[in-house]
Amino acid sequence: MFDYETLRIIWWALLVFLVCGFAVMDGFDLGIGMLLPFLGKTDDERRVMLNTIGPTWEGNQTWLITLGGISFGAWSLVYATFFSGLYTGLLLLLFGLFLRPVGFDYRSKLPNPRWRSAWDWALFAGGLVPAVVLSLAAGNLIIGLPFEIDMDLRSSYSGNFWGLFQPFALLCVIIGIALFCLHGSVFLHWRTEAALAQRARCVIVWSSLVFTVSFIVAGVWIAVGLDGYRITSAIDTATTTNLLSKTVSKETGLWLDNYSTCPWLRLSPLLAIIGAWLVVFLSAKRHTGLAFLTSGLVVICVIVTAAGSMFPFIMPSSTSPASSLTVWDASASHYTLQLLFFATVLMMPIVMAYTVWVYHVLRGKVTVEDIQKNQHILY
Amino acid sequence: MITHEVVELSRLQFALTALYHFLFVPLTLGLSFLLAIMESVYVMSDRPIYKDMTKFWGKLFGINFAMGVTTGITLEFQFGTNWAYYSHYVGDIFGLPLAIEGMMAFFLESTFVGLFFFGWERLNKLQHLMVTWLLALGTSLSALWILIANGWMQHPVGAEFNYETMRMELTSFADLFFNPIAQVKFVHTVAAGYVTGSMFVLGISAYYLLKNRDVAFARRSFRIAAGFGLASVLSVIVLGDESGYTLGEVQKAKLATIEAEWETEESPASFTLFGFPDEETMTTHYAVKFPWVLGLIATRSIDEKVGGIKAILENNRERIKSGIIAYENLQKLRQDKNDSQAKSVFEAHKDNLGYGLLLKQYTDKVVDATPVQIEEATRHSIPKVAPMFWTFRGMVACGFMMLFIFAASFYYNAKRTAHKQRWLLRLAFYAIPLPWIASELGWVVAEYGRQPWTIAGILPTHLSTSSVDAGQLYLSLAGFFVFYTVLLVIELFLMIKYVRLGPSSLHSGRYHFEQEGLNHV
Repeated sequence: MFDYETLRIIWWALLVFLVCGFAVMDGFDLGIGMLLPFLGKTDDERRVMLNTIGPTWEGNQTWLITLGGISFGAWSLVYATFFSGLYTGLLLLLFGLFLRPVGFDYRSKLPNPRWRSAWDWALFAGGLVPAVVLSLAAGNLIIGLPFEIDMDLRSSYSGNFWGLFQPFALLCVIIGIALFCLHGSVFLHWRTEAALAQRARCVIVWSSLVFTVSFIVAGVWIAVGLDGYRITSAIDTATTTNLLSKTVSKETGLWLDNYSTCPWLRLSPLLAIIGAWLVVFLSAKRHTGLAFLTSGLVVICVIVTAAGSMFPFIMPSSTSPASSLTVWDASASHYTLQLLFFATVLMMPIVMAYTVWVYHVLRGKVTVEDIQKNQHILY
Repeated sequence: MITHEVVELSRLQFALTALYHFLFVPLTLGLSFLLAIMESVYVMSDRPIYKDMTKFWGKLFGINFAMGVTTGITLEFQFGTNWAYYSHYVGDIFGLPLAIEGMMAFFLESTFVGLFFFGWERLNKLQHLMVTWLLALGTSLSALWILIANGWMQHPVGAEFNYETMRMELTSFADLFFNPIAQVKFVHTVAAGYVTGSMFVLGISAYYLLKNRDVAFARRSFRIAAGFGLASVLSVIVLGDESGYTLGEVQKAKLATIEAEWETEESPASFTLFGFPDEETMTTHYAVKFPWVLGLIATRSIDEKVGGIKAILENNRERIKSGIIAYENLQKLRQDKNDSQAKSVFEAHKDNLGYGLLLKQYTDKVVDATPVQIEEATRHSIPKVAPMFWTFRGMVACGFMMLFIFAASFYYNAKRTAHKQRWLLRLAFYAIPLPWIASELGWVVAEYGRQPWTIAGILPTHLSTSSVDAGQLYLSLAGFFVFYTVLLVIELFLMIKYVRLGPSSLHSGRYHFEQEGLNHV
């Protein structure tokens, strides 16, 4: 049906799609988790916040789980290298995620204020820790990770956890947190009312500001101060190639290569910045639903910018550039990519359709009165 | 280089986190179906008590489900974090069902679980019923795909080794999907989940009946659990996955160690009911044997042989020797992929490559293996007999005890006197842990029985791990230990609290603790 080369590009695109899906769908849950102890002044207000996402956050998080499964199947070596290299980081991410299902489900099952307050902070950590780890990881993917692939295709990682805290990666953490807070507060502004919505609007303005400034700084940094990567040998994009046979150069500014070969890619960072301010404008005009869609677009643009700059690299290696994992040499076999492609185009539209239906059923604002009326049913 | 310590710690971590995860999975599988059944009765009969039943058991389902989700993510992450070489080596096949599981099952259950709890007011009856059924379907579909992946580990079909990419690659999706081992495993595991859900509802309902409270509620719950449980426990026993043990040599080794069958017996082989297997002398002391039974359950025939341990080891030794040749020529091919002589020799021996890799534990070069090392590798090419022998018998014993309880419950229920049989109610209550014990033992049989392989005959366990150091593993083990212990304490605390409260926790005003004069909690 499709040749190997086309499928590899499709699968790169689907990988980006799934990352976007996760960031858009679960990004606002993470943001609301981070904002929970600060925006909710009373127990009822916190319950309002939790119940705006309570029935749906779990489906949203499934994007991350599916992303894991899909990368296992379609990009096994990437999955293996990334997860084992970032061992401690991923463990932290996991422990952060642990707090969410139990936090949501258990928090309001007992009236004790100390119990509830403890879970609020657990949910805060459940939002913050994954957001930090994931954006830290994203930053390090752009920088390149210190790993090597040997003749048996076994990857070994020579860095450690603290090595992830590099200045550029920390900037990415700021971008990530600002972005998720923006996305979360826009959602709250849309689905709540009164004082809570007002406070959310405040966060929208501030997070938008922090996001745009740090995003621009990161762009400049990539252009003038950060090493990018480029494949310098001829590479056969259509067959099975020995990963280690390529040569890769590493120097400042190479991450801008793709902007000269496809100029339309420049739209992506531009839209991210414009979009963030459009969100502020739309929220001020009370077009809250539209503002939410726009902030989703901002999230997508940020991810597309990063992924687009790196193409065809998925995981560049800083210590052994030839070991870098690229679209052309880290994918699954032709047959598996094909099967998985059919499975994905068949199933993901169905998933998205019923997700839309569920959101439609649960539409409308959550209010303090709802909480008081349904004490024993709601989260 | 990967140390033995890293391998053992990685195994320990996977075993503990997987067994822990499976404390919650079977209840999710079983309860979701019971909820769907209860709600169907509600929609058909229009009697609110069935809605209350769906809601109350649903509350308990929710407490359990949260833990299932929490601990399930660990497993998906762990293939990458701790079994990176495994993930590379077989991701092309193993990753596929996992990816499909995410799209087809995880989304289904986790999207609809929210509506199940919060959709009562917003959906009409039929819509809500559909949501509950989709939730139940999602949990079982999830089991289907993960067991297809697991079945492939036990019996890897439809795949071939590619020396250029140094990994196994899928050649037939149909073989992967219709892998007979996966099919039996699916039925066996899902039915075991239904048993767990039924035992849970049966035991807790029995507790209410013993306390003589919410009797109408408890009797109805008891009835549904008894019927569904009896059907399920019969399926588990009849469709026990022993029938899959004749396929593939690693499966045969599993069967031989379960039975402590040292020598190949004349068919049909007898079943060792009891005895003390002795690894050193390769005999079973004080064996109590039943003629014919093993041959019947394992081969479903009376003339097929069930291979004994000694013969299996003999065969493995030959395969290891052939594997050395495969490995030697693979190295040549890695240097020069056009070496046609190496290629033809490799092709002839490549089915035994995995057996050659078993030697990696004893010598790094493989080709220089001494006869002593080959002997050592052969001796460890099957799991130890005693743990297999005992865990299997433990599982089966639990199964038959539950069969008795469900059969008795069903019988007295049909006579409409179940609520008066106090001995049975007490027994049902104290039997609540049985399905969990059986499930955990079952996984030990299935996965310990696969040793020394992660992928039977293809990839040895000691080569499968990530290149991490022991320090990282101690850290993660400590982290899991702390988190899992705290979470389990909290989960049990909430579960017990809600079980004690019973349907009164619905605050409908209709149940025991809400009746006047009964406000003593």
